Amino acid sequence: MPSVVVEKLQISFPLYHGQSRSLKRHLGRSLSGINGNSPTAHLAQDARERVVVEVLRGIDFTLRPGDRLGLIGGNGAGKTTLLRALAGIYEPVGGRVRIEGTLGTLLDSSLGMNPELSGQENIRLRGLYSGLSRAQTAAVERDVEEFAELGSYMKMPIKAYSSGMSVRLAFGLATAIAPQVLLMDEWFMAGDGAFRNKARKRLEDIVGKAEIMVLSSHMPEVMREWCTRVLWLENGLVKMDGKPDDVLSAYLAPKPAL
Amino acid sequence: MADNLSHSPVLEFAPQRGIGRVTAAWADLRAGLKLFPLAFALGWLDIKMRYRGSMLGPFWLTLSTAVMVAALGVIYSKLFHMDLPRYLPFLSLSIVLWGFISTIAIDAATVFTQSASQFHSMRTPASLPVLRVIVRNVLTLLHNAVVIVAVFAIFHVWPHQSWSLLVSLPLWIADSFAGVLLIGMLGARFRDIPPIIVSVLQVFFFVTPVIWKPDLIYLGRQYLLLDPFYPILEIVRAPLLGGSVRPSIWFAAITQAFVLWGIAAVFFCRMRARITYWI
Repeated sequence: MPSVVVEKLQISFPLYHGQSRSLKRHLGRSLSGINGNSPTAHLAQDARERVVVEVLRGIDFTLRPGDRLGLIGGNGAGKTTLLRALAGIYEPVGGRVRIEGTLGTLLDSSLGMNPELSGQENIRLRGLYSGLSRAQTAAVERDVEEFAELGSYMKMPIKAYSSGMSVRLAFGLATAIAPQVLLMDEWFMAGDGAFRNKARKRLEDIVGKAEIMVLSSHMPEVMREWCTRVLWLENGLVKMDGKPDDVLSAYLAPKPAL
Repeated sequence: MADNLSHSPVLEFAPQRGIGRVTAAWADLRAGLKLFPLAFALGWLDIKMRYRGSMLGPFWLTLSTAVMVAALGVIYSKLFHMDLPRYLPFLSLSIVLWGFISTIAIDAATVFTQSASQFHSMRTPASLPVLRVIVRNVLTLLHNAVVIVAVFAIFHVWPHQSWSLLVSLPLWIADSFAGVLLIGMLGARFRDIPPIIVSVLQVFFFVTPVIWKPDLIYLGRQYLLLDPFYPILEIVRAPLLGGSVRPSIWFAAITQAFVLWGIAAVFFCRMRARITYWI
């Protein structure tokens, strides 16, 4: 049975800004132990103050089939990082993530596609990644071609596409294969009016097939519509967890004046 | 409802220590090998893309190598006072093999940083881009091998002990894999690795008997065994040119391979999970 279990999840990024990423600093740090008066000793002291950004600081939740979880929070609250941690892109620094079921990720709008290659070639590569047979890949190709209405552009490099065209292609491709556990970032809800209506139908379809969905968004109306549960993240912690209406009204409530 | 509920895959992510790291690294390798068709397609597309729109396509590789070998061959045979029929087969083989080594080492330094968008959009085995670099370079090598075959045919050079290729070629692939993985991880963590690799390779191009024959020097020839590139080069080059390889060279090549694999394995177990944090 598909499930998502997250226990005390911690993710922190070492911040290698500027020089601290260079080998000189690193060697300087190890050499400083040998000679305290050398010029590198000074460098090393700087380097020791390595800044670590704690993006997630102990997140817990469990999802069962039928759950549609929305992640809400300001910029830098950790929504995207949490999605990536669920996808196994960032392995936990502390805690544990356990996912049962086939996993589908719609995180990055470029979907890891190569801009130099044509739409068709990118679809085939995606098919190889997912281990699809030739026939299955061809089916996906037809499906995406029909949805994205790219016509002869399918054989042109993606870098020649308008941004609308590349979103249509990415969206069509990402929604062609329905997983059991679906992770989505908010870019999916963007797009122009005509596309939105068309996308909506397709999205409803794939969300309906997925047994668990985790969606990150800034947009409360999207949450109300799609989610059965909302997690409000702030500074890497869960600030509130509950029914969409309860959490959203708290989230949207005017901040008390200081 | 999906019918594969009984055997749906389970993914578990947690910080690992000790043996857990080894099994995770092993799982990564297996996942990468399973995606070999993808790695192959990516590597082939890399080459195709570079020459998209050009008339000769990937055969530019062959042509530019041919020009290089011809030019260097004439100049150096004069400089080293060697006769062309003996020197040119040696040079063409050396240049092509060295070209493989140096390009793969330079590509390795950016192997992970260049696939950042792939790594950030879905879980990707670290071994996948490594295989892609190897495929790309092996295909380039095959294009260049045409020049070697042509030169050998012109000067009537016949390989000797060609069975040894059955050992030396897999050794090359395994060394490439370990080397790309190792340099790639260091390159993801430290951004000074790419220029360091370039300058180290430049030095070794002259130190290693690539364009000069090892029998040109008498003093200190045994130190050549410590050169990280000479033994591995010689075990392929000498038999193809119709000579034989001394056992000490085989021993050095195999020892170096084990050292390289060992270091790469230790680093990979320790750093695998951090790669996406670095790029």
